[in-house]
Amino acid sequence: MEMIPYTVEIREDTGLNNAKLGIWLFLASEVMLFGGLFSAYIFLRIGAVDWPEGSSILSVPIATFNTLVLISSSVTMVMSWASLKTQNFDRYRLYMGATIILALVFLVAKGFEYSEKFSHHLYPSSSTFLAIYFTITGLHGLHIIGGLIVNGYFLGAGSKMWATDPERFTNRIEIAGLYWHFVDLVWIFLFPIFYLL
Amino acid sequence: MNHTAHDVGQHTKTYLYIFGALAVLTVVTVAIGYLSLPIGTAVVVALLIASVKGSLVASVFMHLRSEKKIIYWLLLMTFFFLLALFILIIASIYDFGGTPNVA
Amino acid sequence: MSTHGDHQEMSFWRKYIFSQDHKIIGLQYGITALFFLLAGFTMMMMMRWQLAYPGQPVPFIGGLLGEDNAPGGIILPEFYNQLGAMHGTIMIFLGVVPLAVGAFGNYIVPLQIGAPDMAFPKINMTSYWAYFLGGVIMMVSFFVPGGAANSGWTSYPPLADIATMGQTFWLFGMIFLITSSLLGSINFITTIIQLRVKGLTWMRLPFFVWAQLVTAFLLLLAFPSLEAAGVLQLMDRLLGTSFFLPSGLVVSGQILEVSGGGSPLLWQHLFWFLAHPEVYVLILPAMGIVAEVIATNTRKPLWGYKSMVYSTIFLGFMSFVVWAHHMYLTGMGTAISAFFQTTTMIISIPSVVILTALLLSLWGGSIRFTTPMLFALGFLPMFAIGGLTGLPLGLAAADIPLHDTYYVIGHFHYIVAPGTIFALFAGIYHWYPKITGRQLSETLGKVHFWGSMVFMNGIFMPMFVQGLAGVSRRLWDAGEQYAHASGVLWTNEWMSISAWLLFVFQLPFIYNILRSLRGPKVESDNPWQATTLEWATTSPPGHGNFATPPVVYRGAYEYSVPGHEADFLPQNQPEKG
Repeated sequence: MEMIPYTVEIREDTGLNNAKLGIWLFLASEVMLFGGLFSAYIFLRIGAVDWPEGSSILSVPIATFNTLVLISSSVTMVMSWASLKTQNFDRYRLYMGATIILALVFLVAKGFEYSEKFSHHLYPSSSTFLAIYFTITGLHGLHIIGGLIVNGYFLGAGSKMWATDPERFTNRIEIAGLYWHFVDLVWIFLFPIFYLL
Repeated sequence: MNHTAHDVGQHTKTYLYIFGALAVLTVVTVAIGYLSLPIGTAVVVALLIASVKGSLVASVFMHLRSEKKIIYWLLLMTFFFLLALFILIIASIYDFGGTPNVA
Repeated sequence: MSTHGDHQEMSFWRKYIFSQDHKIIGLQYGITALFFLLAGFTMMMMMRWQLAYPGQPVPFIGGLLGEDNAPGGIILPEFYNQLGAMHGTIMIFLGVVPLAVGAFGNYIVPLQIGAPDMAFPKINMTSYWAYFLGGVIMMVSFFVPGGAANSGWTSYPPLADIATMGQTFWLFGMIFLITSSLLGSINFITTIIQLRVKGLTWMRLPFFVWAQLVTAFLLLLAFPSLEAAGVLQLMDRLLGTSFFLPSGLVVSGQILEVSGGGSPLLWQHLFWFLAHPEVYVLILPAMGIVAEVIATNTRKPLWGYKSMVYSTIFLGFMSFVVWAHHMYLTGMGTAISAFFQTTTMIISIPSVVILTALLLSLWGGSIRFTTPMLFALGFLPMFAIGGLTGLPLGLAAADIPLHDTYYVIGHFHYIVAPGTIFALFAGIYHWYPKITGRQLSETLGKVHFWGSMVFMNGIFMPMFVQGLAGVSRRLWDAGEQYAHASGVLWTNEWMSISAWLLFVFQLPFIYNILRSLRGPKVESDNPWQATTLEWATTSPPGHGNFATPPVVYRGAYEYSVPGHEADFLPQNQPEKG
């Protein structure tokens, strides 16, 4: 029996290969995961006796900087895929490297922000606002780390596939990109909700 | 997807424009944050800007503007359930009569 | 995939333990799930002892329970609570769903759509091992200080927030189980949408595949909300947040020192947003199995196949907007309660459509009363009792007095135990020849069926009586202290004896499964003369399932087509001429 069909090639009636459908299904469940946490935020905020203004506790400049970092990383990510589409592997490595560095910058800034809060004795247990802030941004940070691992693999050992099966490798980068943009997208909503409102 | 090299060159330009738009919108939303609008207005404005940014990322970076029908159906369904979660929870709080968060 | 196509011998570990073949993974799920069903059953039998003979030492195994749990073999209330919480958790998340979805879904779905394997074999393997680890964490929790989780399978805070360490294990275990389900559902949906063979259009799919598809969507989109809730409860327990703890909460006479501002209702919303669709995760694959068995054993097409499919899809959608009918007791407002009562009444319609279609499928059939058919026929009235007794619970006025009584226990057990589990038995008897190439004994099967039928009802029917009398469903001593319970508590002894006899009647089943492994081979690959694709390959199917990808020419249930010699037309048989 041959290999599993539609691993690389596209099925005619759906217009998709397996991995493309798979990642969108995964992202749909991620929407519901963050959606569940956002609904917790809404629930807590509506039911709260008083709710602090985010900017009075959190640092808007750091978060603005981090927003710009994540947006840039999304651009470099999509450029790395576009480079593979034009058969330019060196440029791919450049952009993928940049994506990884930007992700690290984001994490360092976030870590700095967290430790700043801890040094002022602001912990998840301090208030409901901080509790949901640390939970959602922490989970988002875990998603960044997950993306870092995947992207790191595709820059290193995983990129060997470029020599053997370039089409499939390009698809993989597109899939990794979809995940990465989604993580960016979540942050785009996190940012105003916690820092500006 | 069968992109030619020329297509990709076109896309690269689009990606940079979108980056510019996202950066500007980020600055705008922060600036509006300093205006201290009444909370209702502020929520609407901030979420509106975030939605615009989110749709730009989804439609261009994630190629949703030219995606297959089955993906659209999947996302439509997901958002239907997400809205159900949000709306019914909010409705149940307001219908509860009193704040549930104090024993 | 590099593992496919090469024919070199794989090591034992690669072939049977870390296998990526959907059939091996299906079997792994099945065997593990059957063990967990037995574990959950054993816990139930201990609880039934306590309810029938409160304060008397458990016979046979009482000494093994440990002095902390049952000094002198007498079950302590704390241990009874652990058994209750873990019986529910194990039966649902580690027993029934893994058997219905993980085992049957994995083994049968790729075969029925003519695929060589699942779309993502490595993810499939990961999903089994995540399930296995989740199960191990759940079982280990019995040995930590304070024992296993003891706040009910629903883990309601504030109680669960301040419970012993077992609750933390429960949450970690759940996160593994949820991950497993998510990976599994992505795999199922992709497989069903992408890997159907040529000619297998949507309306030619076996109903079982439809049921699995909708189930997978429910798992995919409903489970994340429990994952979110689980993370929040872990934060509450480990980092001292107050997501589910309101300000000014008093515990043991003292105001709890937390920041407050949370609400237990938040947990209930997020939990039931999952757990109501979960009910349909429990029942839809069962309906799918019953549909397959009924079509095969009546020798005629399913009555109303299309309306069954549309009902299933509608059911899936509606199941996301009925969740708060589990929360009428929480002081919910009348407007929102009216909304949820309405949606709950609406969702009963598609279930009735499916059940009616299955019932009408019997009309005029040449019924073969084989063991799988008996279990499928048993499913119909049992599920009907479970469903109809649920209607009063969907209406707030009736639910409020009944909700905390044994009536609810009776209701959902009729759905899951003589309902879903009967369907799963039917599936085991139906597909055993496919999986092993051998047949189960019909005589032992019939003993198994009639014994199970009688004693299932012996356990659960009296629960309606107790519930209507107002007996609370959470009491360690069965309610001895309450005057209103005194008239009906004598039924407990009968229910418990039924439970133990039910166990006795599972022994022929276990023996049958083991003995038949050495029994004679079935002569044909298609012993039931069925039409769907899983019977178009060898029994058991080899690696890659089909020698060449089959082509489908017709719908799934072309039985007794006029003008044909045989009374069945396999989906892959080309039209003559």
